[in-house]
Amino acid sequence: MIVADRKPIEEIIEEVKNHEKILILGCNECVTVCEAGGKKEVGVLASALRMYFLNQGQEVKVDEKTLERQCDHEYLEEIRDVMDQYDAVVSLACGVGVQFMAEKYHDCPIYPGVDTCFLGATEKRGLWTERCQACGKCILARTGGICPVSRCAKRVLNGPCGGSAKGKCEINKEIDCAWELIINRLKALDKLDDYEKIDPIKDWSTDRAGGPRKVVREDLQE
Amino acid sequence: MQYPPDIKIILVPCTGKVDVLHILHAFEKGADGVYAVGCMEGDCHYNSGNLRARKRVEQAQKILDTIGIEGERAQMYNLSSSEGPRFAQFAVEMEERIRKLGPNPIKLAKKKAA
Amino acid sequence: MKTKTPSKLEKILAAGHLAVTSECGPPRGSDMEVITEKANLIKDYVDAINITDNQTSVTRMSSLAACIQLKLMGLEPVLQMVTRDRNRIALQSDILGAASFDIHNVLCLSGDHQSFGDCPTGQNVHDIDSMQLIQTVRLMRDEGKFLGGDDIKRPPKMFVGAAANPFADPFEIRVPRLAKKIAAGVEFIQTQCIYNMEKFELWLKMAGDRGLLEKVYILAGVTPFKSAGMAKYMKNRVPGIEVPDELVKRMADTPKEKQPEEGVKICIEQIQHLKEVEGVHGFHVMAIEWEEMVPEIVEKSGLYPRPSVE
Repeated sequence: MIVADRKPIEEIIEEVKNHEKILILGCNECVTVCEAGGKKEVGVLASALRMYFLNQGQEVKVDEKTLERQCDHEYLEEIRDVMDQYDAVVSLACGVGVQFMAEKYHDCPIYPGVDTCFLGATEKRGLWTERCQACGKCILARTGGICPVSRCAKRVLNGPCGGSAKGKCEINKEIDCAWELIINRLKALDKLDDYEKIDPIKDWSTDRAGGPRKVVREDLQE
Repeated sequence: MQYPPDIKIILVPCTGKVDVLHILHAFEKGADGVYAVGCMEGDCHYNSGNLRARKRVEQAQKILDTIGIEGERAQMYNLSSSEGPRFAQFAVEMEERIRKLGPNPIKLAKKKAA
Repeated sequence: MKTKTPSKLEKILAAGHLAVTSECGPPRGSDMEVITEKANLIKDYVDAINITDNQTSVTRMSSLAACIQLKLMGLEPVLQMVTRDRNRIALQSDILGAASFDIHNVLCLSGDHQSFGDCPTGQNVHDIDSMQLIQTVRLMRDEGKFLGGDDIKRPPKMFVGAAANPFADPFEIRVPRLAKKIAAGVEFIQTQCIYNMEKFELWLKMAGDRGLLEKVYILAGVTPFKSAGMAKYMKNRVPGIEVPDELVKRMADTPKEKQPEEGVKICIEQIQHLKEVEGVHGFHVMAIEWEEMVPEIVEKSGLYPRPSVE
């Protein structure tokens, strides 16, 4: 899922301090799972902002709502009737939701309430780690299901580099060396011979480098 | 045993039921202080409810500090259910703390706005 | 053995001599005098001089510029190229730039992560990795083609090298990794500095068992300890370097003012030992910020004067 982290309240206050009618808008999916932008976090942020503005002597309305998702037209339409009540929205959705909101509600400032971090998994509650960088051309079949693009700090495709020490990455002892993980997995799958196959130069045109991407399925379009 | 009269007690089956939002909303509504009293750590009838409560009190403290309200207005205490005198002692301690800090600035701000 | 390039380093190795290389770090400024001075110190004692490429991710004058200076001085440079800072376009471009000055040696590396250097918030590139860079240089040289497929006018004639570290983890793939680099097209290897002779010789033996030693020239890396402190530091704080306890003890047991001398002595002993080991085709003497010791080390190891080749 998309993993995000809450923005510091001070930063959000700075974004909205000149507005008087604010909607805090949460999302029920990824950001709920990583406890950054769901209904609970919306409630906490809204309460904190209400108290802050009261304390400052400012009269500010802070309302709360959580949509199922903010990356589909249908759900964003649900708030069309109430949008004119607000002069700002703080969206706690990932960067996708914030932008989709901004596209749909052209005349209303939409501010991000979370920092969108990466595509990752829940290792345990309170710990989410990166697994995928959406390079657009998955090579996991060749690397035993472990991705060197997202898990190697240098994204070497024929690793490990010379800095791998005791199974950890040179940049941080807490980060596993992706290539050591790959080698262990190839061993477990009895495929260590594959290690010597030289992985060819990657086509990065399907990655960020190629520009904003899209997926088109004409068989699904009307 | 006596404890100060201006403490409103809300009974919960376990402090684990207390959410960050409950604490924040209480302050929003004008409470001068909020504290949770749970079982001794390790003795929670529901295993770790009191540990979660402590974490949530700490979260609330941080948020309050950020928005300009003294975080120490929110506190967590632990005792075993038979310790009546201790309960009173916590109440007295909390009341003294809050008196020192003064009324919740939100209360005053609300009065002004009204 | 026949040579494929005009590289002096390749000629010396092909003639069966033990080669000697060393390295210089470019300055953190634009004064080429630093390079000229260091090069003049060691030029008669080495066959080729590596110029590092923003080593440890600390921004320095470019390796290519310093290599050109060496070439203009009539010396033999080894252009170190890391894949961290440049994409495939820039890498091919710099190879051609080097080739235009008839620089004939390149060492293909990944490069230390930028978080170690002076620009930790920068991007890294890693468009291709060091293995793929080896393939790229070979493609440019042997087929005269760019990665994109077009023909190169006056293709580079580069002798292609890479690094190897028999002491990095995991040990069991260190020889397969060497095999992979050879399959990619590497022709000479400079190893990380060696202190654990046993492990190094085991690695060589395992490589020899696979027939790899006939396919590549291995230059053993050596670095003299300047002090006992340095020995301890390298043992404990530098990943991928193994220092046996006896060596640390030997340095520590030496009185402080004599430690540099002892460090050089150890280095010379290491070279003398490795000269007899099968599969070692030469030495890469890394005396960083201590280049003035290189002449003594080379001389006392019986590697002076350096042979001349046509």
